[in-house]
Amino acid sequence: MFGFGTTNSLTMDKPHPESLLDSAVQGSIGRPFDRIDGPSKVSGTATYAAEYPVDNLAYGFLVGARIGAGTLISIDADAVRSMPGVIDVVTDLDRFIRVAGQGGETQPPTQGVRDIAFMGEIVAIVVAESYEAARDAALRLPVTYEAGEGAYAFAAARAKSYVPPDGVTPAHFNQGDVDAAMAEAPVTIDATYVTPSQNSAAMEPHASIAVWEDDGSLTLYGAYQMPSTDASQLAKCLGLSAKKVRIVSRYIGGGFGSKLGIAPESVAAAIAAKQIGRPVKAVMARQQVFEATVRRSNTEQRVRLAATRDGKLTAIGQESLVSNQPGEDFFEPVGIGTHMIYSGENRLITHDQVPLNLVLSGSMRAPGEAVGMIGLECAMDELAERLGMDPIVLRKTNDASVDPEKGVPFSSRSLSRALDEGARRFGWARRAGPGEARDGEWLIGMGVASAVRGNMLMESSAKVELRPDGTATISSSMTDIGTGSYTILAQIASEILGLPVDRITVALGDTNDPPAAGSGGSWGAGSAGSAVYLACEMLRGKLAKAMRVEDSALTLKDGMAIGNNRSSPIGEIVGDGLEAIGHIKPGKQEKATTQASFGAHFAEVGVNRVTGEVRVRRMLGVFAAGRVLNAKTARSQCLGGMTFGIGAALTEELLHDPRNGKLVNRDLAEYHVPVNADVPQLEVHFLSERDVHANPIHAKGIGELGISGAAAAIANAIYNACKVRVRSFPVTLDKLLPGLPDL
Amino acid sequence: MHFTINGRGFDADVDIRTSILDLCREHLGLTGAKKGCDHGQCGACTMLINGRRVNSCLTLAVMHQDDEIVTIEGLGQVDDLHPLQQAFVRHDGYQCGYCTPGQICSAAGMLDEITRGWPSHVSDDLAKPSLDDDEIAERMSGNLCRCAAYPNIVDAIREVGSAAPAGRTADAKDAAMAEEIVA
Repeated sequence: MFGFGTTNSLTMDKPHPESLLDSAVQGSIGRPFDRIDGPSKVSGTATYAAEYPVDNLAYGFLVGARIGAGTLISIDADAVRSMPGVIDVVTDLDRFIRVAGQGGETQPPTQGVRDIAFMGEIVAIVVAESYEAARDAALRLPVTYEAGEGAYAFAAARAKSYVPPDGVTPAHFNQGDVDAAMAEAPVTIDATYVTPSQNSAAMEPHASIAVWEDDGSLTLYGAYQMPSTDASQLAKCLGLSAKKVRIVSRYIGGGFGSKLGIAPESVAAAIAAKQIGRPVKAVMARQQVFEATVRRSNTEQRVRLAATRDGKLTAIGQESLVSNQPGEDFFEPVGIGTHMIYSGENRLITHDQVPLNLVLSGSMRAPGEAVGMIGLECAMDELAERLGMDPIVLRKTNDASVDPEKGVPFSSRSLSRALDEGARRFGWARRAGPGEARDGEWLIGMGVASAVRGNMLMESSAKVELRPDGTATISSSMTDIGTGSYTILAQIASEILGLPVDRITVALGDTNDPPAAGSGGSWGAGSAGSAVYLACEMLRGKLAKAMRVEDSALTLKDGMAIGNNRSSPIGEIVGDGLEAIGHIKPGKQEKATTQASFGAHFAEVGVNRVTGEVRVRRMLGVFAAGRVLNAKTARSQCLGGMTFGIGAALTEELLHDPRNGKLVNRDLAEYHVPVNADVPQLEVHFLSERDVHANPIHAKGIGELGISGAAAAIANAIYNACKVRVRSFPVTLDKLLPGLPDL
Repeated sequence: MHFTINGRGFDADVDIRTSILDLCREHLGLTGAKKGCDHGQCGACTMLINGRRVNSCLTLAVMHQDDEIVTIEGLGQVDDLHPLQQAFVRHDGYQCGYCTPGQICSAAGMLDEITRGWPSHVSDDLAKPSLDDDEIAERMSGNLCRCAAYPNIVDAIREVGSAAPAGRTADAKDAAMAEEIVA
């Protein structure tokens, strides 16, 4: 099991039924520990990207194109160079990146800003002695363009749709014959659901401070979820070897996918810093975050379901149209959850791309499931009604025992258990028929939806050092974007090494440390957590040797090593100190099992029969995602996902001007993320589960499970409340009012 | 210009375009207050100016001669946290932490407003608003949290205001979560 030297490497080629997290006795794992980085966050001393003190810093302000498509002709730098405080106007029409990088890509995003592909494309950066001077000059910078033809309206461009290259899910998948099954089935649904473009809207705008070192290397303090691959993207954009780029992302003010790849401010800051010979800080204005980073694609999903009279699905179809810029491969993988959530012999799951001159489509929290489960789970609700079946019974009837397409077992799957547990906790039995429950002027309804999110293991490593003073340090280029990585990694080490959590220091977000996959796709805890586990496993072996006992005879607790009727402070048996690197990578388990986390959402809403306003009154999520590493941070992740679901159901929608692609609602007053008053006391419950196929810590991803299906549960509750089925999201009051009962 | 920030006097020669937020972040090394939107839309920059909560991105430094400004750094330090800061840690009233200094400053201002009896849109008793969920959610809705720690933020504020319902103190929630994990 041990690799060479001080590295303990594991490839997940077979199940890992034994976990030290079960046999260790420190009692740290799973407990609702307060975040170890909490005091620094609440006191304002945690350092986010734009906050590193750097000498001789110049301020950069980005300039975005003000046409929707065409060619950049000229930038009149002289017009602003003489403004007070302005240092220079910097552009590089070949090397500036047109779009943000996609998550995990090691190749650079599309470079070159001579061609304008969308309004807001970053074409220059104005550098000045102060932020105010840079901003003023940037807003006055004359840029001329030759306008070209662009496609801005989805409805008009849909005829140009094409089949994109396969991504995380196949673009087109067909099994059996959905058309024939639909023709034969006694009960069918054929409905089209529409979801709009969305923005991650992390609270921290994208920001970079670029510092060129004397040896020609670049240090970039950035807000990046995946520093290791981001450094590779950045290096290639700049024509540097990857070793010459260091990214530091100690704290990240939210990402939700929008900071997976590098964004335009990083390359602009680096090029500007090189040109003026000083460090440059470039922080995107909120409007630029909306206009020039990434959006979640809009979707149009035709969902077809065919069922027997007793509710057995015979066909599932989900044919989606999504959009991205011409030439960009990423497509919103709408049907990724549909592949594995329900049984049914005939299956057609397709994605066609509509080319649009809008900001890049990329990953936003649970790419695929977040929107795909809206269409599917609303259609399941419609089918249940047509069958005269309880929607929970319908879902349980079709709970797949093996992967319905690949035929392989699930690594663990607790869908029916989540539905049952949720129904009991939520009081589902009290649900009335559509339009039947009232509370004054409010029409009340309950809705349910299943949740699924594919689990991923990503190659990751971490170093753990044990010191003679009985403390330990974990270091890795893993990040904590609010997910709780700092804390859960400390808990894993605490549990295995028998050290109290407060004796463990965690250093993350620096590419000088062992590479890890970072935060994205809910893989962070399982991947980096396993790397820490493996490092600690190796250290534990060394401690056993120092105690001259078998590994199995060693107990580590509260800083003491105990074995063979002896005990010793751990710090006293580590010599000058011990260190080990843990390294995990995916293996045959990935194909031998289908791995996903599952859950169920329950929502109760009120629809105001006078105004059409919708209020979420109660919401419960029941989730099963393997071992819960920290009950408190895991719960918070689910609260966040469920709230994203409230936004998707009721308020969030990017609106583009169909004439030129201008993003009309490009700020936080016009793009409506849920506020405190939109969110009641949400309830989260975890089912006990271990996933021995996923990784040695038996934990699966949780950050995105909470959004999967959440919006559908709310939409289904709205239907139950007022008998109006809205298939175009968000479900705003104007769409409900025409169907509400007369006053 | 002269300002008192966190009890300390500062003399600064400020650009007329500089907001209080940028003065603190870019000139005085006080990066606790965050810039999320620069348009008064998100609340991440909330500070207390002369005791009242203010979106510091929307107010220019030159308008604040001799004003008393309190930022998150002035409420408490890592080793000496303010009760609200402690409560946010205990209740996990944050995730990424970026909106958090603004949330906490806003909560401090809000509790003072309740103490003074200032009513809000949702107050049942206009003369004597109470510290319930609706009142807190209403008054804290100018502070966005995309990680969506809202339920925990409400609980943290209620606990500091000695108005936590049974089962929603940090200790009670921790005990329930620990029990669920063991089960």
